[in-house]
Amino acid sequence: MRGVSVATSVPPSPRPAAPRSFDAERVRADFPALHQTVHGKPLVYLDNAATSQKPRSVIDATDRYYAQQNANVHRGVYYLSEQATEIYEGVRGKARAFLNAREDREIIFTRGTTESINLVASSYGRMRLLPGDEVLVSAMEHHSNIVPWQMICDERGAKLRVIPMDRSGDLLLDQVPQLLTERTRMVALAHVSNSLGTINPVREVIAMAHQAGVPVLLDGAQAVPHLPVDVLELDVEFYACSGHKMFGPTGIGLLYGKADFLEAMPPYQGGGDMIRTVSFEKTTYAALPNKFEAGTPNIAGVAGLGAALDYLSALPRDQVAAHEADLLAYATEQLAAVPGITLIGTARHKASVVSFVLDGVHPHDIGTIVDQEGVAVRSGHHCTQPVMEFFGVAATTRASLAFYNTRADVDALVAAVRKVKQLFGRAG
Amino acid sequence: MADLTDLYQQIIVEHNRSPRNFKRVDDADRSAEGYNPLCGDRIELFVKLDEDRISDIGFQGKGCAISQASASLMTGAVKGKTMAEAEALFHRFHGMVTSDPASPADASLGKLAAFGGVRQFPSRVKCAILSWHTLHAALSKPKSAPVSTE
Repeated sequence: MRGVSVATSVPPSPRPAAPRSFDAERVRADFPALHQTVHGKPLVYLDNAATSQKPRSVIDATDRYYAQQNANVHRGVYYLSEQATEIYEGVRGKARAFLNAREDREIIFTRGTTESINLVASSYGRMRLLPGDEVLVSAMEHHSNIVPWQMICDERGAKLRVIPMDRSGDLLLDQVPQLLTERTRMVALAHVSNSLGTINPVREVIAMAHQAGVPVLLDGAQAVPHLPVDVLELDVEFYACSGHKMFGPTGIGLLYGKADFLEAMPPYQGGGDMIRTVSFEKTTYAALPNKFEAGTPNIAGVAGLGAALDYLSALPRDQVAAHEADLLAYATEQLAAVPGITLIGTARHKASVVSFVLDGVHPHDIGTIVDQEGVAVRSGHHCTQPVMEFFGVAATTRASLAFYNTRADVDALVAAVRKVKQLFGRAG
Repeated sequence: MADLTDLYQQIIVEHNRSPRNFKRVDDADRSAEGYNPLCGDRIELFVKLDEDRISDIGFQGKGCAISQASASLMTGAVKGKTMAEAEALFHRFHGMVTSDPASPADASLGKLAAFGGVRQFPSRVKCAILSWHTLHAALSKPKSAPVSTE
Protein backbone atom coordinates (compact mmCIF):
# COMPACT_ATOMS: atom_id res chain seq x y z
CA MET A 1 0.00 0.00 0.00
CA ARG A 2 1.22 3.48 -0.75
CA GLY A 3 0.63 5.15 2.55
CA VAL A 4 0.92 8.88 3.18
CA SER A 5 3.66 9.22 5.72
CA VAL A 6 3.23 12.15 8.04
CA ALA A 7 6.42 13.36 9.60
CA THR A 8 6.74 16.27 11.96
CA SER A 9 9.31 17.91 9.70
CA VAL A 10 6.79 18.28 6.87
CA PRO A 11 5.92 21.96 6.57
CA PRO A 12 2.26 22.76 7.15
CA SER A 13 0.29 22.62 3.93
CA PRO A 14 -2.50 25.01 3.02
CA ARG A 15 -4.44 22.07 1.59
CA PRO A 16 -6.53 19.90 3.87
CA ALA A 17 -4.82 16.66 4.80
CA ALA A 18 -5.34 13.87 2.27
CA PRO A 19 -7.75 11.23 3.55
CA ARG A 20 -5.86 8.45 5.27
CA SER A 21 -5.51 5.51 2.97
CA PHE A 22 -7.32 2.34 3.86
CA ASP A 23 -5.35 -0.14 5.93
CA ALA A 24 -6.22 -3.47 4.29
CA GLU A 25 -3.63 -5.33 6.36
CA ARG A 26 -5.37 -4.26 9.53
CA VAL A 27 -8.85 -5.41 8.45
CA ARG A 28 -7.42 -8.74 7.27
CA ALA A 29 -6.83 -9.53 10.92
CA ASP A 30 -10.62 -9.58 11.37
CA PHE A 31 -11.07 -12.46 8.88
CA PRO A 32 -9.85 -15.78 10.29
CA ALA A 33 -10.23 -17.73 7.04
CA LEU A 34 -7.77 -15.46 5.25
CA HIS A 35 -4.96 -16.66 7.49
CA GLN A 36 -4.29 -20.15 6.20
CA THR A 37 -2.10 -21.88 3.72
CA VAL A 38 -3.40 -23.83 0.73
CA HIS A 39 -1.09 -26.38 -0.93
CA GLY A 40 1.66 -24.94 1.23
CA LYS A 41 1.13 -21.36 0.00
CA PRO A 42 -0.61 -18.47 1.79
CA LEU A 43 -4.25 -18.30 0.68
CA VAL A 44 -4.96 -15.49 -1.79
CA TYR A 45 -8.73 -15.32 -1.84
CA LEU A 46 -9.99 -13.67 -5.01
CA ASP A 47 -13.44 -15.23 -5.35
CA ASN A 48 -15.39 -12.65 -3.40
CA ALA A 49 -18.11 -12.33 -6.03
CA ALA A 50 -18.98 -15.98 -5.33
CA THR A 51 -18.88 -15.52 -1.58
CA SER A 52 -16.95 -13.30 0.76
CA GLN A 53 -15.05 -14.35 3.88
CA LYS A 54 -16.56 -13.59 7.27
CA PRO A 55 -15.16 -11.37 10.00
CA ARG A 56 -14.79 -12.82 13.49
CA SER A 57 -17.74 -10.72 14.71
CA VAL A 58 -20.10 -12.46 12.26
CA ILE A 59 -18.87 -15.91 13.26
CA ASP A 60 -19.22 -14.95 16.93
CA ALA A 61 -22.75 -13.59 16.47
CA THR A 62 -23.87 -16.84 14.84
CA ASP A 63 -22.16 -18.92 17.53
CA ARG A 64 -23.58 -16.77 20.31
CA TYR A 65 -27.10 -17.22 19.01
CA TYR A 66 -26.82 -21.01 19.07
CA ALA A 67 -24.79 -21.17 22.28
CA GLN A 68 -26.77 -18.71 24.37
CA GLN A 69 -29.80 -17.23 22.66
CA ASN A 70 -31.40 -20.07 20.73
CA ALA A 71 -35.20 -19.97 20.78
CA ASN A 72 -37.85 -19.52 18.14
CA VAL A 73 -38.99 -16.03 17.27
CA HIS A 74 -42.43 -14.43 17.42
CA ARG A 75 -43.85 -17.21 19.58
CA GLY A 76 -42.79 -17.76 23.14
CA VAL A 77 -43.56 -15.40 25.96
CA TYR A 78 -40.47 -16.61 27.78
CA TYR A 79 -37.21 -14.78 28.15
CA LEU A 80 -35.15 -16.58 25.50
CA SER A 81 -37.77 -16.31 22.80
CA GLU A 82 -38.25 -12.64 23.52
CA GLN A 83 -34.51 -12.17 23.30
CA ALA A 84 -34.30 -14.07 19.98
CA THR A 85 -37.18 -12.00 18.61
CA GLU A 86 -35.44 -8.83 19.71
CA ILE A 87 -32.23 -9.83 17.91
CA TYR A 88 -34.16 -10.84 14.80
CA GLU A 89 -36.26 -7.69 14.58
CA GLY A 90 -33.28 -5.57 15.60
CA VAL A 91 -31.40 -6.76 12.51
CA ARG A 92 -34.40 -5.86 10.38
CA GLY A 93 -33.98 -2.34 11.69
CA LYS A 94 -30.26 -2.41 10.87
CA ALA A 95 -31.01 -3.64 7.36
CA ARG A 96 -33.57 -0.86 6.92
CA ALA A 97 -30.96 1.69 7.96
CA PHE A 98 -28.28 0.04 5.79
CA LEU A 99 -30.44 0.28 2.66
CA ASN A 100 -32.07 3.51 3.85
CA ALA A 101 -35.58 2.14 3.51
CA ARG A 102 -38.43 4.09 5.05
CA GLU A 103 -39.90 1.39 7.28
CA ASP A 104 -38.75 -1.86 8.88
CA ARG A 105 -41.70 -3.73 7.39
CA GLU A 106 -40.30 -3.07 3.92
CA ILE A 107 -37.43 -5.45 4.72
CA ILE A 108 -38.11 -9.16 4.15
CA PHE A 109 -35.63 -11.81 5.25
CA THR A 110 -35.06 -14.45 2.57
CA ARG A 111 -32.52 -17.20 1.92
CA GLY A 112 -30.61 -14.91 -0.43
CA THR A 113 -30.84 -12.87 -3.60
CA THR A 114 -32.17 -15.85 -5.54
CA GLU A 115 -35.09 -16.31 -3.18
CA SER A 116 -35.72 -12.57 -3.07
CA ILE A 117 -36.07 -12.45 -6.85
CA ASN A 118 -38.16 -15.63 -6.93
CA LEU A 119 -40.46 -14.10 -4.33
CA VAL A 120 -41.10 -11.01 -6.47
CA ALA A 121 -41.28 -12.93 -9.76
CA SER A 122 -43.70 -15.43 -8.33
CA SER A 123 -45.88 -13.16 -6.20
CA TYR A 124 -45.89 -9.96 -8.23
CA GLY A 125 -45.80 -11.91 -11.49
CA ARG A 126 -48.80 -14.03 -10.57
CA MET A 127 -50.73 -10.93 -9.59
CA ARG A 128 -49.75 -8.72 -12.49
CA LEU A 129 -48.69 -10.69 -15.59
CA LEU A 130 -51.19 -11.47 -18.34
CA PRO A 131 -50.67 -13.19 -21.68
CA GLY A 132 -48.67 -10.91 -23.97
CA ASP A 133 -47.18 -8.87 -21.12
CA GLU A 134 -43.43 -8.36 -20.96
CA VAL A 135 -40.65 -8.44 -18.41
CA LEU A 136 -37.47 -6.60 -19.29
CA VAL A 137 -34.08 -7.88 -18.10
CA SER A 138 -30.57 -7.13 -19.36
CA ALA A 139 -28.00 -9.10 -21.36
CA MET A 140 -25.69 -9.34 -18.34
CA GLU A 141 -28.04 -10.85 -15.77
CA HIS A 142 -27.06 -13.69 -13.47
CA HIS A 143 -29.20 -16.78 -14.13
CA SER A 144 -31.06 -15.99 -10.91
CA ASN A 145 -32.40 -12.80 -12.49
CA ILE A 146 -33.37 -14.60 -15.70
CA VAL A 147 -34.80 -17.99 -14.80
CA PRO A 148 -37.41 -16.90 -12.19
CA TRP A 149 -38.78 -14.40 -14.73
CA GLN A 150 -38.70 -16.99 -17.51
CA MET A 151 -40.63 -19.42 -15.31
CA ILE A 152 -43.37 -16.96 -14.42
CA CYS A 153 -43.50 -15.66 -18.02
CA ASP A 154 -44.01 -19.24 -19.27
CA GLU A 155 -46.72 -19.78 -16.70
CA ARG A 156 -48.53 -16.54 -17.53
CA GLY A 157 -47.96 -16.47 -21.29
CA ALA A 158 -45.76 -13.39 -20.95
CA LYS A 159 -42.49 -12.62 -22.76
CA LEU A 160 -38.99 -11.94 -21.54
CA ARG A 161 -37.21 -9.12 -23.35
CA VAL A 162 -33.58 -8.15 -23.08
CA ILE A 163 -31.69 -4.84 -22.91
CA PRO A 164 -28.55 -5.42 -25.02
CA MET A 165 -24.99 -4.43 -24.14
CA ASP A 166 -21.90 -3.50 -26.12
CA ARG A 167 -18.55 -5.32 -26.37
CA SER A 168 -17.16 -3.53 -23.35
CA GLY A 169 -20.05 -4.68 -21.18
CA ASP A 170 -21.93 -1.38 -21.03
CA LEU A 171 -25.72 -1.49 -21.33
CA LEU A 172 -27.12 0.07 -24.49
CA LEU A 173 -29.09 2.61 -22.54
CA ASP A 174 -30.51 4.27 -25.64
CA GLN A 175 -32.36 1.04 -26.47
CA VAL A 176 -34.26 1.08 -23.19
CA PRO A 177 -37.06 3.53 -24.11
CA GLN A 178 -38.16 1.47 -27.11
CA LEU A 179 -37.96 -1.75 -25.09
CA LEU A 180 -40.31 -0.26 -22.51
CA THR A 181 -43.65 -0.91 -24.17
CA GLU A 182 -47.18 -0.59 -22.89
CA ARG A 183 -46.97 -4.32 -22.11
CA THR A 184 -43.87 -4.05 -19.89
CA ARG A 185 -44.77 -4.98 -16.32
CA MET A 186 -41.34 -5.15 -14.69
CA VAL A 187 -37.70 -4.20 -15.29
CA ALA A 188 -35.29 -6.56 -13.50
CA LEU A 189 -31.67 -5.43 -13.66
CA ALA A 190 -28.33 -6.22 -12.05
CA HIS A 191 -27.01 -3.23 -10.12
CA VAL A 192 -23.50 -4.63 -10.64
CA SER A 193 -22.70 -7.48 -13.04
CA ASN A 194 -21.14 -10.52 -11.35
CA SER A 195 -19.19 -11.70 -14.39
CA LEU A 196 -18.20 -8.36 -15.95
CA GLY A 197 -18.11 -6.02 -12.99
CA THR A 198 -20.16 -3.38 -14.82
CA ILE A 199 -21.88 -0.90 -12.51
CA ASN A 200 -25.10 -0.27 -14.38
CA PRO A 201 -26.61 3.20 -14.76
CA VAL A 202 -29.53 2.18 -12.57
CA ARG A 203 -30.75 5.72 -11.86
CA GLU A 204 -31.25 6.33 -15.58
CA VAL A 205 -32.98 2.98 -16.12
CA ILE A 206 -35.25 3.54 -13.12
CA ALA A 207 -36.16 7.01 -14.41
CA MET A 208 -36.99 5.61 -17.86
CA ALA A 209 -39.02 2.75 -16.38
CA HIS A 210 -40.95 5.09 -14.10
CA GLN A 211 -41.59 7.38 -17.04
CA ALA A 212 -43.31 4.37 -18.64
CA GLY A 213 -45.07 3.50 -15.38
CA VAL A 214 -43.04 0.31 -14.87
CA PRO A 215 -41.64 -0.85 -11.51
CA VAL A 216 -37.99 -1.91 -11.18
CA LEU A 217 -36.25 -4.70 -9.29
CA LEU A 218 -32.51 -4.37 -8.79
CA ASP A 219 -30.36 -7.44 -8.18
CA GLY A 220 -27.96 -5.92 -5.69
CA ALA A 221 -26.01 -9.07 -4.79
CA GLN A 222 -22.76 -7.68 -6.22
CA ALA A 223 -23.45 -4.05 -5.38
CA VAL A 224 -23.87 -4.06 -1.60
CA PRO A 225 -20.35 -5.35 -0.88
CA HIS A 226 -18.87 -2.44 -2.85
CA LEU A 227 -21.23 0.53 -2.98
CA PRO A 228 -23.44 2.37 -0.54
CA VAL A 229 -27.05 1.68 -1.54
CA ASP A 230 -29.91 4.05 -0.80
CA VAL A 231 -33.24 2.62 -1.94
CA LEU A 232 -35.10 5.83 -1.17
CA GLU A 233 -32.76 7.91 -3.26
CA LEU A 234 -32.86 5.28 -6.03
CA ASP A 235 -36.66 5.26 -5.73
CA VAL A 236 -36.51 1.57 -6.71
CA GLU A 237 -39.50 -0.71 -6.06
CA PHE A 238 -37.54 -3.84 -5.13
CA TYR A 239 -33.95 -4.43 -4.10
CA ALA A 240 -32.51 -7.92 -3.55
CA CYS A 241 -29.21 -8.90 -1.92
CA SER A 242 -27.43 -11.76 -0.14
CA GLY A 243 -25.83 -11.88 3.28
CA HIS A 244 -22.95 -14.15 2.28
CA LYS A 245 -21.60 -11.80 -0.38
CA MET A 246 -21.52 -8.92 2.11
CA PHE A 247 -19.40 -10.69 4.72
CA GLY A 248 -22.39 -12.32 6.45
CA PRO A 249 -23.50 -15.96 6.67
CA THR A 250 -24.85 -18.08 3.82
CA GLY A 251 -28.56 -18.82 3.67
CA ILE A 252 -29.73 -15.34 4.58
CA GLY A 253 -30.64 -12.49 2.29
CA LEU A 254 -32.78 -9.40 2.02
CA LEU A 255 -35.60 -8.19 -0.09
CA TYR A 256 -36.52 -4.55 0.11
CA GLY A 257 -39.90 -3.70 -1.37
CA LYS A 258 -41.92 -0.51 -1.31
CA ALA A 259 -44.65 -1.05 1.25
CA ASP A 260 -47.54 -0.39 -1.15
CA PHE A 261 -46.19 -3.00 -3.57
CA LEU A 262 -45.56 -5.61 -0.87
CA GLU A 263 -48.97 -4.99 0.64
CA ALA A 264 -50.75 -5.55 -2.65
CA MET A 265 -48.85 -8.76 -3.41
CA PRO A 266 -50.09 -12.24 -2.47
CA PRO A 267 -47.95 -14.36 -0.11
CA TYR A 268 -45.06 -16.28 -1.68
CA GLN A 269 -45.14 -19.34 0.58
CA GLY A 270 -47.77 -20.49 3.03
CA GLY A 271 -47.09 -21.76 6.52
CA GLY A 272 -46.59 -20.70 10.09
CA ASP A 273 -45.77 -17.11 11.03
CA MET A 274 -47.32 -15.63 7.87
CA ILE A 275 -50.96 -15.92 8.96
CA ARG A 276 -53.35 -13.92 11.05
CA THR A 277 -56.08 -16.56 11.41
CA VAL A 278 -56.44 -20.02 9.95
CA SER A 279 -59.52 -22.18 9.59
CA PHE A 280 -60.22 -24.93 7.09
CA GLU A 281 -62.48 -22.54 5.23
CA LYS A 282 -60.28 -19.48 5.08
CA THR A 283 -56.94 -18.05 6.10
CA THR A 284 -56.19 -14.41 6.59
CA TYR A 285 -52.61 -13.32 6.23
CA ALA A 286 -50.33 -11.52 8.58
CA ALA A 287 -49.27 -7.95 7.97
CA LEU A 288 -45.87 -7.07 6.54
CA PRO A 289 -43.21 -8.28 6.85
CA ASN A 290 -44.45 -11.60 8.31
CA LYS A 291 -46.71 -12.23 5.33
CA PHE A 292 -43.57 -13.05 3.33
CA GLU A 293 -41.71 -14.96 6.04
CA ALA A 294 -43.45 -18.34 6.30
CA GLY A 295 -41.96 -20.86 8.70
CA THR A 296 -39.16 -20.60 11.22
CA PRO A 297 -36.58 -18.32 9.63
CA ASN A 298 -32.79 -18.53 9.60
CA ILE A 299 -32.44 -16.78 12.96
CA ALA A 300 -28.73 -17.54 13.35
CA GLY A 301 -28.20 -16.22 9.83
CA VAL A 302 -30.04 -13.04 10.73
CA ALA A 303 -27.90 -12.64 13.86
CA GLY A 304 -24.76 -13.05 11.73
CA LEU A 305 -26.10 -10.68 9.08
CA GLY A 306 -26.63 -8.07 11.80
CA ALA A 307 -22.96 -8.32 12.73
CA ALA A 308 -21.99 -8.05 9.04
CA LEU A 309 -24.09 -4.90 8.65
CA ASP A 310 -22.44 -3.46 11.76
CA TYR A 311 -19.04 -4.35 10.34
CA LEU A 312 -19.72 -2.77 6.96
CA SER A 313 -21.29 0.31 8.50
CA ALA A 314 -18.22 0.90 10.67
CA LEU A 315 -15.85 0.82 7.67
CA PRO A 316 -14.71 4.13 6.22
CA ARG A 317 -16.66 3.68 2.99
CA ASP A 318 -14.82 6.43 1.09
CA GLN A 319 -11.46 4.89 1.89
CA VAL A 320 -12.78 1.45 1.01
CA ALA A 321 -14.02 2.75 -2.34
CA ALA A 322 -10.65 4.36 -3.08
CA HIS A 323 -8.82 1.16 -2.08
CA GLU A 324 -11.04 -1.03 -4.28
CA ALA A 325 -10.68 1.40 -7.19
CA ASP A 326 -6.91 1.17 -6.78
CA LEU A 327 -7.06 -2.65 -6.71
CA LEU A 328 -9.24 -2.72 -9.82
CA ALA A 329 -6.95 -0.37 -11.73
CA TYR A 330 -3.86 -2.29 -10.62
CA ALA A 331 -5.31 -5.74 -11.43
CA THR A 332 -6.56 -4.51 -14.81
CA GLU A 333 -3.18 -3.04 -15.69
CA GLN A 334 -1.15 -6.02 -14.44
CA LEU A 335 -3.30 -8.68 -16.11
CA ALA A 336 -3.62 -6.76 -19.38
CA ALA A 337 0.18 -6.65 -19.51
CA VAL A 338 0.42 -10.46 -19.65
CA PRO A 339 0.75 -11.47 -23.33
CA GLY A 340 -2.22 -13.58 -24.48
CA ILE A 341 -4.66 -12.24 -21.90
CA THR A 342 -7.90 -10.64 -23.04
CA LEU A 343 -10.03 -8.90 -20.45
CA ILE A 344 -13.76 -9.63 -20.65
CA GLY A 345 -15.72 -6.68 -19.28
CA THR A 346 -14.16 -3.27 -19.70
CA ALA A 347 -17.13 -1.05 -18.91
CA ARG A 348 -16.62 2.59 -17.97
CA HIS A 349 -17.82 2.10 -14.41
CA LYS A 350 -16.81 -1.13 -12.75
CA ALA A 351 -16.68 -2.77 -9.37
CA SER A 352 -13.47 -4.65 -8.49
CA VAL A 353 -14.11 -7.67 -10.71
CA VAL A 354 -11.66 -8.70 -13.45
CA SER A 355 -12.67 -11.47 -15.86
CA PHE A 356 -10.21 -12.68 -18.46
CA VAL A 357 -9.34 -15.37 -20.96
CA LEU A 358 -5.85 -16.56 -21.85
CA ASP A 359 -5.03 -17.70 -25.38
CA GLY A 360 -4.84 -21.47 -25.71
CA VAL A 361 -5.59 -22.25 -22.08
CA HIS A 362 -9.02 -23.19 -20.78
CA PRO A 363 -10.12 -21.32 -17.61
CA HIS A 364 -10.45 -24.58 -15.69
CA ASP A 365 -6.83 -25.39 -16.31
CA ILE A 366 -5.94 -21.89 -15.11
CA GLY A 367 -8.11 -22.41 -12.01
CA THR A 368 -6.40 -25.67 -11.11
CA ILE A 369 -2.89 -24.33 -11.70
CA VAL A 370 -3.27 -21.05 -9.80
CA ASP A 371 -4.92 -22.97 -6.94
CA GLN A 372 -1.62 -24.80 -6.49
CA GLU A 373 -0.12 -21.36 -5.85
CA GLY A 374 -2.74 -20.70 -3.17
CA VAL A 375 -4.76 -18.38 -5.42
CA ALA A 376 -8.54 -18.94 -5.35
CA VAL A 377 -10.30 -17.62 -8.45
CA ARG A 378 -13.49 -18.65 -10.16
CA SER A 379 -13.36 -20.29 -13.54
CA GLY A 380 -16.52 -21.02 -15.45
CA HIS A 381 -19.54 -19.25 -16.84
CA HIS A 382 -20.35 -17.54 -13.51
CA CYS A 383 -24.04 -18.40 -13.90
CA THR A 384 -24.15 -16.01 -16.85
CA GLN A 385 -24.20 -18.30 -19.88
CA PRO A 386 -25.75 -15.61 -22.12
CA VAL A 387 -22.82 -13.31 -21.27
CA MET A 388 -20.32 -16.02 -22.24
CA GLU A 389 -22.26 -16.61 -25.47
CA PHE A 390 -22.20 -12.88 -26.23
CA PHE A 391 -18.43 -12.68 -25.85
CA GLY A 392 -17.96 -15.98 -27.71
CA VAL A 393 -16.15 -17.72 -24.86
CA ALA A 394 -17.06 -20.94 -23.03
CA ALA A 395 -15.88 -19.60 -19.72
CA THR A 396 -13.63 -17.01 -18.14
CA THR A 397 -11.32 -16.81 -15.18
CA ARG A 398 -12.57 -14.22 -12.72
CA ALA A 399 -10.74 -12.46 -9.94
CA SER A 400 -13.14 -10.54 -7.71
CA LEU A 401 -11.56 -8.39 -5.05
CA ALA A 402 -12.81 -7.27 -1.67
CA PHE A 403 -11.55 -4.51 0.60
CA TYR A 404 -9.34 -7.01 2.45
CA ASN A 405 -7.40 -7.78 -0.73
CA THR A 406 -4.13 -6.04 -1.48
CA ARG A 407 -1.86 -5.30 -4.40
CA ALA A 408 0.25 -8.23 -3.19
CA ASP A 409 -2.76 -10.51 -3.84
CA VAL A 410 -2.93 -9.22 -7.40
CA ASP A 411 0.81 -9.83 -7.78
CA ALA A 412 0.32 -13.43 -6.59
CA LEU A 413 -2.41 -13.94 -9.19
CA VAL A 414 -0.32 -12.50 -12.00
CA ALA A 415 2.69 -14.61 -11.00
CA ALA A 416 0.46 -17.71 -10.93
CA VAL A 417 -0.93 -16.89 -14.38
CA ARG A 418 2.62 -16.59 -15.69
CA LYS A 419 3.21 -20.06 -14.29
CA VAL A 420 0.22 -21.30 -16.31
CA LYS A 421 1.80 -19.92 -19.45
CA GLN A 422 5.07 -21.59 -18.57
CA LEU A 423 3.39 -24.96 -18.01
CA PHE A 424 1.41 -24.76 -21.23
CA GLY A 425 4.22 -23.27 -23.23
CA ARG A 426 6.60 -26.22 -22.72
CA ALA A 427 8.06 -27.36 -26.02
CA GLY A 428 6.05 -30.17 -27.54
CA MET B 1 1.51 -31.76 -2.21
CA ALA B 2 0.14 -32.55 -5.64
CA ASP B 3 2.52 -31.79 -8.45
CA LEU B 4 1.15 -29.88 -11.41
CA THR B 5 3.54 -31.55 -13.79
CA ASP B 6 1.88 -34.85 -12.81
CA LEU B 7 -1.45 -33.47 -13.98
CA TYR B 8 -0.20 -31.50 -16.95
CA GLN B 9 2.31 -34.00 -18.25
CA GLN B 10 4.10 -33.03 -21.42
CA ILE B 11 2.10 -35.52 -23.48
CA ILE B 12 -1.17 -34.01 -22.23
CA VAL B 13 -0.11 -30.44 -22.96
CA GLU B 14 1.07 -31.53 -26.39
CA HIS B 15 -2.10 -33.45 -27.29
CA ASN B 16 -4.18 -30.50 -26.09
CA ARG B 17 -2.24 -28.23 -28.40
CA SER B 18 -2.34 -30.61 -31.38
CA PRO B 19 -5.17 -33.08 -30.88
CA ARG B 20 -5.06 -36.22 -33.04
CA ASN B 21 -8.11 -37.45 -34.95
CA PHE B 22 -9.72 -34.05 -34.47
CA LYS B 23 -12.21 -34.48 -37.29
CA ARG B 24 -15.72 -35.44 -38.18
CA VAL B 25 -16.10 -38.90 -39.71
CA ASP B 26 -18.83 -38.30 -42.24
CA ASP B 27 -19.78 -41.93 -42.81
CA ALA B 28 -19.60 -42.81 -39.12
CA ASP B 29 -21.67 -45.78 -37.97
CA ARG B 30 -21.84 -44.56 -34.40
CA SER B 31 -21.70 -41.15 -32.79
CA ALA B 32 -22.34 -39.66 -29.39
CA GLU B 33 -22.01 -36.36 -27.58
CA GLY B 34 -20.53 -35.84 -24.14
CA TYR B 35 -20.96 -32.79 -21.93
CA ASN B 36 -19.44 -31.83 -18.62
CA PRO B 37 -21.60 -29.00 -17.27
CA LEU B 38 -19.08 -28.21 -14.55
CA CYS B 39 -16.32 -27.22 -16.98
CA GLY B 40 -18.43 -26.78 -20.08
CA ASP B 41 -16.32 -29.46 -21.81
CA ARG B 42 -17.97 -30.79 -24.95
CA ILE B 43 -17.01 -33.83 -27.01
CA GLU B 44 -18.63 -35.08 -30.17
CA LEU B 45 -17.37 -38.52 -31.14
CA PHE B 46 -17.65 -40.36 -34.48
CA VAL B 47 -16.91 -44.06 -34.88
CA LYS B 48 -16.60 -45.96 -38.15
CA LEU B 49 -16.92 -49.71 -37.78
CA ASP B 50 -15.63 -52.53 -39.94
CA GLU B 51 -17.80 -55.33 -38.57
CA ASP B 52 -16.96 -55.07 -34.86
CA ARG B 53 -13.63 -53.35 -35.34
CA ILE B 54 -13.13 -49.55 -34.99
CA SER B 55 -11.71 -48.71 -38.39
CA ASP B 56 -11.82 -44.95 -37.97
CA ILE B 57 -12.60 -42.58 -35.13
CA GLY B 58 -12.70 -38.82 -34.82
CA PHE B 59 -13.79 -36.20 -32.33
CA GLN B 60 -14.61 -32.56 -32.16
CA GLY B 61 -14.97 -30.52 -29.07
CA LYS B 62 -13.94 -27.70 -26.79
CA GLY B 63 -12.86 -27.76 -23.24
CA CYS B 64 -10.01 -27.92 -20.79
CA ALA B 65 -6.65 -29.45 -21.64
CA ILE B 66 -7.40 -32.63 -19.72
CA SER B 67 -10.64 -33.34 -21.58
CA GLN B 68 -9.22 -32.56 -25.02
CA ALA B 69 -5.97 -34.46 -24.53
CA SER B 70 -7.90 -37.40 -23.13
CA ALA B 71 -10.12 -37.51 -26.21
CA SER B 72 -7.10 -37.26 -28.48
CA LEU B 73 -5.17 -40.04 -26.76
CA MET B 74 -8.28 -42.20 -26.50
CA THR B 75 -8.94 -42.07 -30.24
CA GLY B 76 -5.37 -43.18 -30.88
CA ALA B 77 -5.65 -45.99 -28.35
CA VAL B 78 -8.88 -47.53 -29.65
CA LYS B 79 -8.42 -47.15 -33.40
CA GLY B 80 -8.07 -50.64 -34.87
CA LYS B 81 -9.41 -52.31 -31.73
CA THR B 82 -12.60 -54.36 -31.56
CA MET B 83 -15.55 -52.90 -29.71
CA ALA B 84 -15.02 -55.42 -26.92
CA GLU B 85 -11.34 -54.45 -26.61
CA ALA B 86 -12.27 -50.74 -26.53
CA GLU B 87 -14.86 -51.40 -23.82
CA ALA B 88 -12.29 -53.32 -21.79
CA LEU B 89 -9.88 -50.39 -22.15
CA PHE B 90 -12.64 -48.00 -20.97
CA HIS B 91 -13.03 -50.07 -17.80
CA ARG B 92 -9.30 -50.19 -17.14
CA PHE B 93 -8.94 -46.44 -17.74
CA HIS B 94 -11.91 -45.76 -15.49
CA GLY B 95 -10.41 -48.00 -12.82
CA MET B 96 -7.07 -46.22 -13.07
CA VAL B 97 -8.31 -42.61 -12.79
CA THR B 98 -10.57 -43.46 -9.86
CA SER B 99 -7.96 -45.53 -7.99
CA ASP B 100 -6.04 -44.45 -4.87
CA PRO B 101 -3.61 -41.67 -5.83
CA ALA B 102 -0.94 -43.35 -3.73
CA SER B 103 -1.00 -46.49 -5.89
CA PRO B 104 1.05 -46.53 -9.08
CA ALA B 105 -0.83 -45.77 -12.32
CA ASP B 106 -1.49 -48.87 -14.39
CA ALA B 107 1.62 -48.82 -16.60
CA SER B 108 0.10 -51.35 -18.99
CA LEU B 109 -2.16 -48.51 -20.15
CA GLY B 110 0.85 -47.06 -21.93
CA LYS B 111 0.42 -43.40 -22.91
CA LEU B 112 -2.97 -43.36 -21.19
CA ALA B 113 -1.19 -43.79 -17.85
CA ALA B 114 -0.32 -40.07 -18.19
CA PHE B 115 -3.80 -39.40 -16.81
CA GLY B 116 -2.89 -41.05 -13.50
CA GLY B 117 -2.08 -37.50 -12.33
CA VAL B 118 -5.75 -36.51 -12.18
CA ARG B 119 -6.19 -38.76 -9.16
CA GLN B 120 -4.61 -36.01 -7.06
CA PHE B 121 -7.12 -33.49 -8.43
CA PRO B 122 -10.56 -34.99 -7.74
CA SER B 123 -12.43 -32.14 -9.45
CA ARG B 124 -10.65 -32.97 -12.71
CA VAL B 125 -11.35 -36.72 -12.92
CA LYS B 126 -14.54 -36.00 -14.84
CA CYS B 127 -12.56 -34.07 -17.44
CA ALA B 128 -10.33 -37.10 -18.09
CA ILE B 129 -13.18 -39.59 -18.24
CA LEU B 130 -15.63 -37.61 -20.39
CA SER B 131 -14.41 -38.85 -23.78
CA TRP B 132 -14.42 -42.45 -22.54
CA HIS B 133 -18.00 -42.21 -21.33
CA THR B 134 -18.86 -40.75 -24.71
CA LEU B 135 -17.16 -43.68 -26.46
CA HIS B 136 -18.99 -46.11 -24.20
CA ALA B 137 -22.29 -44.44 -25.14
CA ALA B 138 -21.46 -44.51 -28.85
CA LEU B 139 -20.57 -48.19 -28.75
CA SER B 140 -23.54 -49.15 -26.57
CA LYS B 141 -26.23 -48.21 -29.01
CA PRO B 142 -26.47 -47.01 -32.57
CA LYS B 143 -27.91 -43.62 -31.59
CA SER B 144 -27.73 -42.33 -28.08
CA ALA B 145 -28.74 -39.24 -26.17
CA PRO B 146 -25.91 -36.90 -25.10
CA VAL B 147 -24.10 -38.22 -22.05
CA SER B 148 -23.46 -35.88 -19.20
CA THR B 149 -21.00 -36.15 -16.34
CA GLU B 150 -23.63 -34.74 -13.97
